[in-house]
Amino acid sequence: MALNTNPNLTRPDDFYEALIDMHRNLTDEQSQSANAQLILLLANHIGDQATLAEAIRIAREEVLGAPPNDALPPTA
Amino acid sequence: MAIDYQTLRFEYRRHADQETGAQTPFAQVHPVVVVGAGPVGLSAAIDLAQRGVSVVLVDDDDGLSTGSRAICFSKRSLDIFDRLGCAEAMVEKGVRWHVGKVFLKDELLYSFDLLPESGHRRPAFINLQQYYVEGFLIERAQRLPNLQIRWKNKVVGIEQRDKTPDEQASVALTIETPDGEYVLRARYVVAADGSRSAMRRLLDLESKGRTFKDRFLIADIKMEADFPPERWFWFDPPFHPNQSVLLHRQPDNVWRIDFQLGWNVDPVLEKTPERVISRVRALLGPDAKFEIEWVSVYTFSCSRMDSFRHGNVLFAGDAAHGVSPFGARGANGGLQDADNVAWKLAMVLAGRAPDSLLDTYAREREYAADENILNSTRSTDFITPKTPVSRVFRDAVLTLARRHPFARRLVNSGRLSVPAVLYRSTLNTPDRDPFEGEMTPGASCVDAPVACDGTDDWLLAHIGGSFNVLLFTAADRISPDEQAAIERVRSRGVPVDIVVVALRETSDSGARLTADAAAMGGHVLRDMQGLAAQRYDGKPGTMYLVRPDQHVCARWRHARPDDLEAALNRALGVDGTA
Repeated sequence: MALNTNPNLTRPDDFYEALIDMHRNLTDEQSQSANAQLILLLANHIGDQATLAEAIRIAREEVLGAPPNDALPPTA
Repeated sequence: MAIDYQTLRFEYRRHADQETGAQTPFAQVHPVVVVGAGPVGLSAAIDLAQRGVSVVLVDDDDGLSTGSRAICFSKRSLDIFDRLGCAEAMVEKGVRWHVGKVFLKDELLYSFDLLPESGHRRPAFINLQQYYVEGFLIERAQRLPNLQIRWKNKVVGIEQRDKTPDEQASVALTIETPDGEYVLRARYVVAADGSRSAMRRLLDLESKGRTFKDRFLIADIKMEADFPPERWFWFDPPFHPNQSVLLHRQPDNVWRIDFQLGWNVDPVLEKTPERVISRVRALLGPDAKFEIEWVSVYTFSCSRMDSFRHGNVLFAGDAAHGVSPFGARGANGGLQDADNVAWKLAMVLAGRAPDSLLDTYAREREYAADENILNSTRSTDFITPKTPVSRVFRDAVLTLARRHPFARRLVNSGRLSVPAVLYRSTLNTPDRDPFEGEMTPGASCVDAPVACDGTDDWLLAHIGGSFNVLLFTAADRISPDEQAAIERVRSRGVPVDIVVVALRETSDSGARLTADAAAMGGHVLRDMQGLAAQRYDGKPGTMYLVRPDQHVCARWRHARPDDLEAALNRALGVDGTA
């Protein structure tokens, strides 16, 4: 199962709002914990190690400045 | 009266080897010298002696383990001790356990069962102080006339001698004794002299790896308590906040408690009785009555030598590799080293296999050590998160684990020792036929209940003295094809014992089958409960070739006449592919 980086969210704006809202009135420490729990919950739902490894690779490379070899979806 | 193994001392005795003096190069060459009379060295020495190899075991001390040290002995270790003839005493004395519980604060997160199925002679684990294990091994060793233990014999020098036209390659050890030094020579040396191995240092070798910035206090306390015989592990308990604690029961009402201390503590101060007593009281309550048996402070580290073989010296146990203790992979891993090296040395010394078979000892056990180190490192990263973000994820896992089952699988308080499956060993013959189950080439054989001559018995009790052919059959005879394959491998000149497993559906009385097996020096076991067939995916005609260390090296649905012989050659490293 390849990681799907094409649009896949049924209601993207609602999701984004909910994600930000998750952190409402949380301390930084609580926010960090909520983020980590969210990652763990979603990772378990995906399950497939190759897919997860792909997502982990992309996230790390985006932070470190990966060579732009595979085209990322253009930002609007 | 019970023997106090902790205070037992063994007498130094002068040996004839010492009369020739330290200078002579012509001392007797022993087949094998084992250095270090800990669980690994003793097991290797007993195994070799049982296989007919004369062994000298030297130790720089004259007593057994100080403190309980290794306390968890796995089922595989007990299977090995069974083969060495001393498991019964250990199981009788030891505390059997198979359930582990993990707590967060004072709440039970989950529990696990390490041996959920029945039909095994030995339990998943026993807890037994290392001095008992060593004591029982020594009692076994003392009954072997070709095994000589020399106490107060300290290795202070080593010289590897290459093969010459007149002599085989050998090792000359300079041994320091109360009577001065002498030279002890051997074809091969097994170095099992522990994590601070003198052998390793004398050869200028290292065990390299990582040390984790954390300290743990081990306290063995003696008390009457009614905790069940289970492994209890707390993350952040109220009685020891922000750290972890492990509680384990040992025989003689001794309890092992590990307190995580963190890095910024004074290890000397933490060992003082006042400190230890207050930590234990925090766990047990202010009125608890107990005595302190033994205390130690240690640091986690994981390391191994690049190669377990250097010339004719073979490193085993903690000398070769070190792991952090949560997982019981130190002593149990080391015992599997002993299990692996002994039969190979015996084969090489008997001229039945090339010296290169010993290279496979190094490769197989380096692979196993890597697996143990990987598991141990992962546990350590969970118990002792190294970075703030690692701590965030660890705590997130623990938080989720209270209500969400998936997260319990991520909680890592130690992944307990299981034998390495030597999947990629060059000694394995890859499967030609499809098989289900765990008994793949490279796996150590699992046990199953069987009947032998009408008496309840265990499968593992019948394999491991030599190579074994395990033939599953539902017929009343051994077929001509099966006989041909077996006869051919037996004619090879290497002892191969035949074990016929009569499947449950066999209706025949078995008289002819027994006679057929006996004609090939074998015997018949009956799989009354069908568990041997289930665990080995044994169908009529299924044949396994099993190594003397009870590891599967080949299997077939229907072996061709030359299959067994080819697989035996491969398992001895004589077909050029090893």
